[in-house]
Amino acid sequence: MCLAIPGKIVEISSVNQDSALVDVVGVRRKIDLGLLQDDKPVPGDWVLIHVGFAMSKISAQDATDQMNTLRMLGEIESAEQEAQGYGLEDVQ
Amino acid sequence: MRFVDEFRDPRLISKTAEEIRRLASPGRHYRMMEVCGGHTHAIYRFGLKDILPENIELIHGPGCPVCVLPMGRIDDGLSVAQQPDVIFAAFGDMMRVPGTQGSPLEHKARGMDVRIVYSPSDALKLARLNPDKHVMFFAIGFETTAPSTALTLMRAKAEGIRNFSVFCNHVTIIPAIRAILDSPDMRLDAFIGPGHVSTVIGCRPYEWIAANERKPIVVSGFEPLDMLQSVVMLLHQLNLGEAKVENQYKRVVPWEGNRAALRAMAEVFQLRPYFEWRGLGFISQSALRLRDAYAEWDAEQRFAIPGVRVTDPKAAQCGEVLKGVLKPHQCKLFGRECTPEHPIGALMVSSEGSCAAYHTYEHRKAAMVTSLNSIA
Repeated sequence: MCLAIPGKIVEISSVNQDSALVDVVGVRRKIDLGLLQDDKPVPGDWVLIHVGFAMSKISAQDATDQMNTLRMLGEIESAEQEAQGYGLEDVQ
Repeated sequence: MRFVDEFRDPRLISKTAEEIRRLASPGRHYRMMEVCGGHTHAIYRFGLKDILPENIELIHGPGCPVCVLPMGRIDDGLSVAQQPDVIFAAFGDMMRVPGTQGSPLEHKARGMDVRIVYSPSDALKLARLNPDKHVMFFAIGFETTAPSTALTLMRAKAEGIRNFSVFCNHVTIIPAIRAILDSPDMRLDAFIGPGHVSTVIGCRPYEWIAANERKPIVVSGFEPLDMLQSVVMLLHQLNLGEAKVENQYKRVVPWEGNRAALRAMAEVFQLRPYFEWRGLGFISQSALRLRDAYAEWDAEQRFAIPGVRVTDPKAAQCGEVLKGVLKPHQCKLFGRECTPEHPIGALMVSSEGSCAAYHTYEHRKAAMVTSLNSIA
């Protein structure tokens, strides 16, 4: 699947409005909010993330459902690997 | 029914399955194409084919952005990376896709600097961290992913980061659907529309499928219930002789799409006059390239790309599987010379490839049944 991972906004960067710290599948990563300029999320909001960019806002229920769908599809591991890899935290 | 107890709302799933059986006219054979590779994966994983009645046939579409790239494009990207002081960066899904001289991972084993990134912005970060190298990002994906590449390029330009380029292989979904409909091999009644591509492009771009081609299309989510509900919605339309665009995935997909994403794409990209797709041949205006204002970040402008056309190995039937003409197991190489461990083509490698999905879920089931039969 175009891997779409739910994440919860923790805080918006004070230096860059398009960057937010997000809780995503168990890790905290900086996610790009540039695609949600017209509908800016705030801390506490859930977003659907694809390749490190927030694509849309979703409800908390949708976030839970999406995690279940990823689990059912056997994609949790890929999602974890991806989220851990954001920001080059895990690699090189 | 397989996996029913794992599903959320199992009773609702049963009810929906019953409604499908009620709606599917016995004398009629329904051919529905799910366009997106993620839906193909879901169909196999959830055993949806077992839940649907025999006269509803699900046909796999070409919605796997890695699978549709001809091998020559992989070679082209790797040729840039072979130059000294170049870092080749790509998503994990690209790493095992075969080129004629091997996959990116195999090139890494031979000493090329190949790195996995999980975001285009991390490819740009690599460029910032390695000022004495050039980072070339092999960009793939449909409209779901293209806006993120676009934003990254806007940032690279704004920051004046010059040791960064994108080898752009973004493709667009509508021309692929058009090519399928134009193909004489294909007789289809309806479409299950892509979920996440539609968060960007919205539902309007599908309107011609309903209006001109008279085929219903329902944009669908990825849960089993989502897909079954989409089938119900399609059956309703087909039985009434209607053809409309409907959005089953309303909770995520806005009808108008994501304007900020579309603006970013328009700023950075333009359509190539034509692009070659595995299986579908040359399709006009079906892929993106960087605009002249971004020429400095366009790998194809900064480097000499061989641009050699490479056809698939003779026995491989990737093209026909991509078009939906053949099912994965009908390819002569399937499960024998071509397996996930030893892939001949990208459909067996990519997480959205139908061969990989079929092999993971169906092939093993069939193998189990055969072996059980031989014991019983």
